[in-house]
Amino acid sequence: MSAPTLEIRNLTKTFPIRTAFGGKAGAVTAVDDVSLRVAAGAVYGLAGESGSGKSTIARMVMGLTRPDSGDILIDGQSIIGVKSHAHRGRVQMVFQNPGASLNPRRTVGQSIRVALDAHGKPAARVGDLLDMVQLPRHFADRYPHELSGGQKQRVAIARALAVEPRLLVLDEPTSALDVSVQAKVIELLEDLGRDLGLTYLFISHDLSLMRNFTAEVGVLYRGRIVETGPTARVFADPQHDYTRLLLASVPVISDEEAALRPDIPLINGELPTAEELLALRQAERKSE
Amino acid sequence: MSLLSVEDIHVSFTTYGRTTEVLKGVSLSVPAAQQVALVGESGSGKSVTMKSIMGLLPQAARITQGRILFDGDDLLTMRERDRLKLRGTAMSMVFQDPMSSLNPVWTVADQLSTILKYADRRLGRARDRRGRMARVHEVLAQVRMREPERVAASYPVQLSGGMRQRVLIAMALLSEPRLLIADEPGTALDVTTQAQILKLLKDLVTERQLALLMITHNLGVVRETCAYTYVMHKGAIVEEGRTAAIFAEPQQDYTRALIAAVPRLTGRDAA
Amino acid sequence: MSDLDLSEQAALSNAWQNWYRFSRNPTAVIGAIIVVVAVLLAVFAPYIVPYPADAGAVVDFQHRHLPPSWEHWFGTDNTGRDNFSRAIYGLRVSLALAGVVLVIAVPVGTVLGILAGYFGGWTEIVIMRLTDIALAIPPLVVALAVAAVLEPTLLNSMLALASLWWTWHARLVYSVTRQVRAQEYIEAAETLGASKLHILFREILPNVISPVAVKTSLDAGFVILIGAALSYLGLGVRPPTPDLGTMVANGANFLPDFWWESMLPATVILVLALGFNLLGDGLRDLFDVEDVR
Repeated sequence: MSAPTLEIRNLTKTFPIRTAFGGKAGAVTAVDDVSLRVAAGAVYGLAGESGSGKSTIARMVMGLTRPDSGDILIDGQSIIGVKSHAHRGRVQMVFQNPGASLNPRRTVGQSIRVALDAHGKPAARVGDLLDMVQLPRHFADRYPHELSGGQKQRVAIARALAVEPRLLVLDEPTSALDVSVQAKVIELLEDLGRDLGLTYLFISHDLSLMRNFTAEVGVLYRGRIVETGPTARVFADPQHDYTRLLLASVPVISDEEAALRPDIPLINGELPTAEELLALRQAERKSE
Repeated sequence: MSLLSVEDIHVSFTTYGRTTEVLKGVSLSVPAAQQVALVGESGSGKSVTMKSIMGLLPQAARITQGRILFDGDDLLTMRERDRLKLRGTAMSMVFQDPMSSLNPVWTVADQLSTILKYADRRLGRARDRRGRMARVHEVLAQVRMREPERVAASYPVQLSGGMRQRVLIAMALLSEPRLLIADEPGTALDVTTQAQILKLLKDLVTERQLALLMITHNLGVVRETCAYTYVMHKGAIVEEGRTAAIFAEPQQDYTRALIAAVPRLTGRDAA
Repeated sequence: MSDLDLSEQAALSNAWQNWYRFSRNPTAVIGAIIVVVAVLLAVFAPYIVPYPADAGAVVDFQHRHLPPSWEHWFGTDNTGRDNFSRAIYGLRVSLALAGVVLVIAVPVGTVLGILAGYFGGWTEIVIMRLTDIALAIPPLVVALAVAAVLEPTLLNSMLALASLWWTWHARLVYSVTRQVRAQEYIEAAETLGASKLHILFREILPNVISPVAVKTSLDAGFVILIGAALSYLGLGVRPPTPDLGTMVANGANFLPDFWWESMLPATVILVLALGFNLLGDGLRDLFDVEDVR
């Protein structure tokens, strides 16, 4: 059996809280003992809200942040302490805000060429890459401000594909886009994944999108994966209360979807926060 | 009669010496105590429509045609003083960004009572400092802050995003308006917090019999809060009707494509 | 794709937009005109001025101290030379001074600022503390000291000014680089495996050009004023080379009777410095950059 494209083992990362004088005042655990496996060609979703640790995991997979403990393996090889250049050829990332991830003073072609040059690939590939993301070739001479949000994100995808990676980390790649543009970008990602055999780690807070795009999902709450499994199953029959709360919070557009949302007990006529709900359940369990 | 009715509004922008018409005859109405959504993608003109109603259009913009009636009076032809009297009192705005809509150097109480002071002055109401503080605590309780006094004494940085959004809603409620205009409320927040805010907004408008004009790009938010919907595209209303009807059976190609593009919680097969 | 038309429009109108904004900004246009005219006059001085010979050491006692007239727009000086001709030649010295000082100071300051801003740590500490020390010394005082110790020549003044002027640019570029470094596109370039050299000069440098351009234009005005001050104190250009500061100093001996001999060259200095400042302000509005003095 071949090794999974991405394997994360007991990954932990804490950030120190510093006092005004630089002394250590404590630590926050951003990622707490996270393990997951993504098979070649699969799409794995990490669902979570702000502070869940999903972006820290992405940064560690990209080699931008060092974990405190645990291991990250790409195709069975650990990336911890490996020279970054080789690693960058295998993992790439598409950032959340396409406006911020492209240098405003450089043309589309120049931005893509950086990636090609860095990995010794011919500059002539720029045209092919633009074809791949369904942009006209003459866009190579455009500057980011001349492009729409969806077009910029296509450029960012083309740039990530330039190094011919095995794994693409997608950090909320469509959250800054209009819904009709989002649909097209997701479609493009699906086509590319199939044609190029890419593996995706998809990070998002949008559960509806998660349901449609990913095969498997891990729900992150305060740095821990509280529930994981095939996306369809987790959404149809959520086991953890936090997953249930997340699902219940999604604004939906049809009665069928609304029927799928779990019922959450109201506290003083209000939807509870995650902390309140979990505390309530714990109290219930104790009294039983 | 409608509380707010926008009749055939045309707005043009002049930038770099060129004039473009961005609103091409928009009409909509919000009946008293009803919740209405204006939904559209970026560039559809929904924000320009909202700014026209609030009188917040930038200098480069000009309303070339149409009327905006509030309670039967045309906002566009009334004296500036009368319009100011309405803005923030009879009709008020719930701002979108809970991070930048509050001044970090003043406490919540400072900011709310200042706004109240000016609203009182405009309406010729007399209220002393203590009266204003009482009202501030009252609205904070209305947005279901558990400890209104403590929140009032806090600076914005001491509050979570959800609490700040509640403060912004409280701010809109200060002068007991009859119409709330909400610009993408909760979009900057986490899903679970957004759900709380939407529920709060919905409860408030039904309990207090307020009219609501919700401006958003999120179709799910529309379905959660508003019974009637206008869909905007390229500066015009392309479709209007009861929200449930539009979502179930959109009549126009644009609306159909828009609704089809929304990912479903039930997955693709069911949609 | 439906979103194509939007970008076509953007591509067409971009150059037009910049030109439109520039042309609608009276400050920028006036500044640009002053600077361009001054440069043209300086370059073509020998072909333009009515009395080219008066640029040298000419003595014509018959025509000394003549007031402004059609023959002598700026009057004549105490040796009977045409002040207008000498003022136009004087532009050459002022512009050369500003040019040389900034050609040295701007690149040095920019490179050091980018290095300090991008790498941080010891690089930042060494460069920025050095900058702080140098910032504490007024350029005019150093120029005076250098002129006093070495020979009081134009070249020495230029080098003295350049040796301190880079600090202002280093400060500016450092703070802009810090902001740019935090942008996602820099992180994106890093994750793509781009070299440090590439990130410094291809990714960051283009983003600091606008504020540097604004500052350079503003600085040109200041350098010209300082240069004039040095000449006025007799530490600049040697006579008989025509120089605006020297003309003011010389003419000041004959105040108030022959006021034109000092006041008119002084006005030329002011207008030139003003031109650079207006241009800088205009560029600042055009590029929409902040933080530049």
